[in-house]
Amino acid sequence: MANTNEIGERLRALSGGAAVALRLDPHEYADHYFSALTATLRDLGSEPDSHTIYVSVTNPAALVWSLAQALDVPFERLSFVDAISHIMMNYRDPLPHASYVESPRMLEDLMLRVEYLLRKRPSPRSVVVVDSVNSLAIHNPPELLTEFFHILLNNLKTRQVLTVLLATSDDPNSPVDQMLSLVVDETIDVGAGRG
Amino acid sequence: MGTTPAVETAPGTERDRGRCQTGIAGLDDILGGGIPKGNLVLIAGTVGTGKTTLTLEYLVRGAERGDRSIFLSMTESTAKLVQNLSSFEFFRPDLLQNGSLVLVDVPAIYEKLGLDREEMSAEEVDLLLRTIRDLVAELGAKRLVLDSVTGVSYRIRKEERIRDFILRLGQAMSQLDCTTLLVSEIGPTPGRYSLSGVEEAIVDGVILLGNTRRQGDLLRVIQVIKMRGTPHSRAQYVIELTPIGLLMAPHLKGGGHEST
Repeated sequence: MANTNEIGERLRALSGGAAVALRLDPHEYADHYFSALTATLRDLGSEPDSHTIYVSVTNPAALVWSLAQALDVPFERLSFVDAISHIMMNYRDPLPHASYVESPRMLEDLMLRVEYLLRKRPSPRSVVVVDSVNSLAIHNPPELLTEFFHILLNNLKTRQVLTVLLATSDDPNSPVDQMLSLVVDETIDVGAGRG
Repeated sequence: MGTTPAVETAPGTERDRGRCQTGIAGLDDILGGGIPKGNLVLIAGTVGTGKTTLTLEYLVRGAERGDRSIFLSMTESTAKLVQNLSSFEFFRPDLLQNGSLVLVDVPAIYEKLGLDREEMSAEEVDLLLRTIRDLVAELGAKRLVLDSVTGVSYRIRKEERIRDFILRLGQAMSQLDCTTLLVSEIGPTPGRYSLSGVEEAIVDGVILLGNTRRQGDLLRVIQVIKMRGTPHSRAQYVIELTPIGLLMAPHLKGGGHEST
């Protein structure tokens, strides 16, 4: 298991175009989730000229943004694609740097919003974080989700965009793990703490 | 998103007259580089599917590249069209000021020509056709949009006259090397790309805009049904109308959903 610093180092070492899964243990979810956010938003996001697109399906963008602010992540380095606020009827105060998709079932719209932000904010070090594979799996059948990730990750690979997928699992034979093995280059098991 | 689907070659491929690049991300890819120059293309779709937005982007992208472009509007006022254009981040007002992009109010043409009867006679259809041709020739336009052909066809009424109008418009625009998009409003009947059912048989191309439903959620989609003179994809793509223009992504097939 990798602690926050190690995850950050491993992510920073990855070249553009790589796709990596961060696997969180469901029994230590809160700690692991914070470690994953710290590694992706603060450590990876602090790289020069980086821009992170955070695809938020588990928690509303507003919540993730409040955590990012606690980590001193600069506003201009982070954009959101939020696919959860609409279906939670929690859309009254949209963030200015967030794009809202009506439903996590509208997977093509997720792709298009990511595409829009990549074109709108071109960066030598673009990072896309998907939080999370499990939340998308709740709303979409496995074949559709696998097809989505296959197309999305291939597209991001050709654009030299680093992609980080958050997934919660303690069973390497779970459907989510099986699917991830088809689409990512590497899996990092997340541990809590700074090591 | 990347758009490299299975490609089907259209029958009757003609000599390559060069391509009119729409400038719309993804659409040129699935058309093998763009619409063959001089083609007459139907942009068909139900209400709210993005027909006018697509055609406006086509003209603005063209005007930016130096193709003089004309928008013939049946329903929208010029002021409303300028407002719509301003929602594009890539739109420059000087394109209107320097005449690269020309907005024409069709009802004003009707009035000028004295076409005030509910049903146009053959002579009146001929007059309208000559007026459009002369306008395109005079301005040296390389891109034309008629929004909508449905409104014109409604005034023409008789199928044989609609057929003749479309046929002669296509010939005239082809001779002028002007690539023309005709906006066609359609009803829910599948397999029809115009209300009269006549236009689609004559035009060189049909691009269909519509909605598809996935568990109650509507996705906007686009599909090239036919396009003479170029191999093209016949796959369906999901579209998003954004301030930076129309974006396309492959329509995922893994789950169950029905078209509307």
